[in-house]
Amino acid sequence: MASTDVAGRGERPATAVTVDAEELARLRATRRERIGRWLMPLAIMALALFVWDRICVLNEIPPYILPRPWLVLTTLWEDAGILFPALLVTLKITALSLLLAAVGGVGLAVLFAQSRWVEMSFFPFAVVLQVTPIVAIFPLINIYVDNQTAKLLLCAWIVAFFPILSNTTLGLNSVDRNLIDYFKLNGASRWQMLWHLRLPAAMPYFLGGLKIAGGLALIGAVVAEFVAGAAGQESGLASRIIEAGYRLKIPRLFAALVLISLTGILIFVILSTVSRLMLRRWHESAIEQER
Amino acid sequence: MTAYPPAQLTLRAIGKSFASGTVALEDVNLVIREGDFLSLLGPSGCGKSTALRIIAGLSSPTSGHLDWHGAELERGEIGFVFQEPTLLPWASVFDNVWLPLRLRGVSRQDAAREVADALELVHLTGFEKAVPRELSGGMKMRVSIARSLVTRPRMLLMDEPFAALDEITRFKLNADILDLWRERGFTVVFVTHSVFESVFLSNRIAVMAARPGRIFREMTIDAPYPRTEAYRTSPDYAETCRSVSQALGEAMGEEFAHGLH
Repeated sequence: MASTDVAGRGERPATAVTVDAEELARLRATRRERIGRWLMPLAIMALALFVWDRICVLNEIPPYILPRPWLVLTTLWEDAGILFPALLVTLKITALSLLLAAVGGVGLAVLFAQSRWVEMSFFPFAVVLQVTPIVAIFPLINIYVDNQTAKLLLCAWIVAFFPILSNTTLGLNSVDRNLIDYFKLNGASRWQMLWHLRLPAAMPYFLGGLKIAGGLALIGAVVAEFVAGAAGQESGLASRIIEAGYRLKIPRLFAALVLISLTGILIFVILSTVSRLMLRRWHESAIEQER
Repeated sequence: MTAYPPAQLTLRAIGKSFASGTVALEDVNLVIREGDFLSLLGPSGCGKSTALRIIAGLSSPTSGHLDWHGAELERGEIGFVFQEPTLLPWASVFDNVWLPLRLRGVSRQDAAREVADALELVHLTGFEKAVPRELSGGMKMRVSIARSLVTRPRMLLMDEPFAALDEITRFKLNADILDLWRERGFTVVFVTHSVFESVFLSNRIAVMAARPGRIFREMTIDAPYPRTEAYRTSPDYAETCRSVSQALGEAMGEEFAHGLH
């Protein structure tokens, strides 16, 4: 052992910090991983598109059954005048219902946090609302609500609010017992306890719920429109998909699908970024590893 | 030290039992005098933390009562330091120390002076903007102490505040808390399971026994203040530790006392 130590010392490079082989390997692995994280999914995606294209060509599948990827892309460009206004409608419903889900979910969670009795009494209702498939409830909403936008909003809201409610409730109840004692010692009011302690403590949980709710709001908005079967001015991407299906405009259907997927990804990325920015200074989930 | 300072708080026949049948405290009588540095020393389960919570008003006794001698301390006149730093993880050092004042409606500007003073006392000037996770364990505990001092308490309750720290940090904080105590003149009730710590810090030690929790013996530590690191190595200190250890051994029963040798 001792002899290798001495030999190692003789070969020490001129840099200020000596990096051993293990550390070098670790650094290399980290760099590889950082590049691979982007490169690998892109490579797989490109491969999938290529295979898709080959299947279409080799089997001579007509574009009204399965369009080639390039055709989908050009259709997205050519039909932009139809698709993008529809995307805007879907986005509006999604964003608005997500906002209402956040307000409603947090509001209900705060109400639940005020008393164990309120929580015990009302939480089961929230669960019932959540576990009943929205498609099954929708005919009722269709009868009771006249306004098309309100219909879709309500539908997307029902799907999206539960993860926020459930997560925020968990967060509001997961406060350090000693901190609660500390606030009591200082004569904190219920309101101060909520504002200065419970709500900030629940923030990571709320943001986790919001990330799930973002995707669900989009699903809710699309599913609601499917069932509502809307048409005309205020129609979103789901209507365009149904319409394109009836008219066998399959490339446009695919283009609309791509738009919905991209929207979902965008929502997830935005909410993840917001979450990371808000928590990065203090919460374990958002802290960059250093060891 | 001829005349005793006046009693600030007397625990009169305090008992505390829980629904589970555990008797945490039984017939605890204890006089806490103004300016005392009183340690509650005992094994885990002897009810020392429960006693502290009762003094703080976080828990009410099953029997007996607290006699404040006509001058009950108000909220804010009692400071509390937990075993863990118990800081708000999302708030800066400044905001954490400001918290008790903020809960009393003091604005950030009005609190700035007091917060700066408290941070200076614990040697944390310049760390106002850091958040707790950026600090070491010892620094977090200093923030916690600053937070308890910012309201200028007349009594400071400390629940094994240094138990989770390494020895070097603990010695440093021991010295610091003694300085603060002598400078500010508040009363300290200090819960610990360390004989060495209690002898170094306190002028009085109440040795407690478990099952049921009770005060086994009260001891006075006569060594003069200021107590420095030289005191830690003095024969006097060693001798006092030996006798307190012996009392603790007796409190824990013969069986355990044999285990010590």
